Amino acid sequence: MCLAVPGKVLEIGEDNMAVVDIAGVRRRVCLDLVEGIAPEDYVLVHVGFALQRIDADEAQRTMDQLLQMAPPERAADQP
Amino acid sequence: MKYVDEYRDPLGGQRLLAEIRRCPPAGGLRIMEICGGHTHAIYRSGLDQLLPEGIRFLHGPGCPVCVTPAVRIDQAIALAHRPGCLVATYGDMLRVPGSVESLRTAQARGAKVQIVYSSLDAVEIARSRPELEVVFLAVGFETTAPANAAAILHAQEGGLPNFSVLGSHVLVPPVLRHLLLSPGTEIDAFIGPGHVATVVGSEDYAFLPEEFGKPVVISGFEPHDLLLAVLMLLRQRAEGRCAVEVEYRRAVQPKGSERALAVMGEVFEVQDQEWRGIGVIPRSGLGIRRRFAAFDALARYRGELPEAAEDAGEYVCGAVLQGHRTPLECPAFGIGCIPEHPYGPGMVSQEGACAALYRYRQPGPGQGVAQ
Repeated sequence: MCLAVPGKVLEIGEDNMAVVDIAGVRRRVCLDLVEGIAPEDYVLVHVGFALQRIDADEAQRTMDQLLQMAPPERAADQP
Repeated sequence: MKYVDEYRDPLGGQRLLAEIRRCPPAGGLRIMEICGGHTHAIYRSGLDQLLPEGIRFLHGPGCPVCVTPAVRIDQAIALAHRPGCLVATYGDMLRVPGSVESLRTAQARGAKVQIVYSSLDAVEIARSRPELEVVFLAVGFETTAPANAAAILHAQEGGLPNFSVLGSHVLVPPVLRHLLLSPGTEIDAFIGPGHVATVVGSEDYAFLPEEFGKPVVISGFEPHDLLLAVLMLLRQRAEGRCAVEVEYRRAVQPKGSERALAVMGEVFEVQDQEWRGIGVIPRSGLGIRRRFAAFDALARYRGELPEAAEDAGEYVCGAVLQGHRTPLECPAFGIGCIPEHPYGPGMVSQEGACAALYRYRQPGPGQGVAQ
């Protein structure tokens, strides 16, 4: 129920409805619950509403954190 | 898909698992994932089977479909049979058993029920079909409540007299307090609900460490998110810390979404709420404010709706919803109670612990699941 999927904002209409690309599918998404969204932003989409902008810098920091971890050294360490 | 695929890469998962194995928790760690979306993701990826011994997931009550009281289903069915009425709702709600039947079986007998993807689709039906009274059966936690509230604001702006909401909205913090104060609860740490927190903010969870001494990491929904959240909990334990931390930083701010909270607060107010399988928890839900009574189906059809239902024959559903028992301990799991024909709420939604386990898991050694 609390499923939300990332999508890229393609355009924003006058009625505060955006066209968002979600995994290649274009959907109309309501922007009433968020502020300051612009085309090219990624947003989390939940039941037809954008819930939040996805912060690209924070996403990169999480990936960097992952990459700093040592890879598994021996086969025995692997799942 | 950007922001999804990179959090599923197998090599990243191996790094995380190797790191987790380097921090074994003394005495084990029982982690409750609150959100049904996390429960589903854990079973889908088999994360529970990949973690070292001693680290266990307990599934929490975070599935709003599962905890919607049976009486609300009975009320929706009564309205769907009412001449001139149509009940619109999210797809998951159709199979939820009421006290006698589900919306799906009622629909087969002629009740007017329509699945919608968004609350605004229900508003659109009301706009395009003025001859119908459209009742939107709306459930959800803090994630979905703002969208459902926005539908009421849209209907008001559009001057739609034929739209109302039959709501069952629940809040996460009160049910966690209820769980932690219940005897028999054995939880060491929490994985916090990522999408609820995008709305309410991570600060809403400060009470877990401050009042109950339980660490919480708010997590995203991909396998790497969940493994990183487990690792962050292990590091808190190893370093003797107990705090709210956010793994899902790409979406969660300390104070959440000001705009979503404003919309939710404009339409809803906190009220006592019945949770299926658990009971009434004070101040644990959201009701529609009186000034929007024209859009509140409970006010609008008062006197016509059933007022109580008995949750009969639900086996151990309540104990499973609260993490006290696992679905495997239920005598009906996988035998009579299956996703196509659920006895209880946990088997209905794909985020229910029973349905997720049934879908993704073959029984392990010593687990007596009937096939």
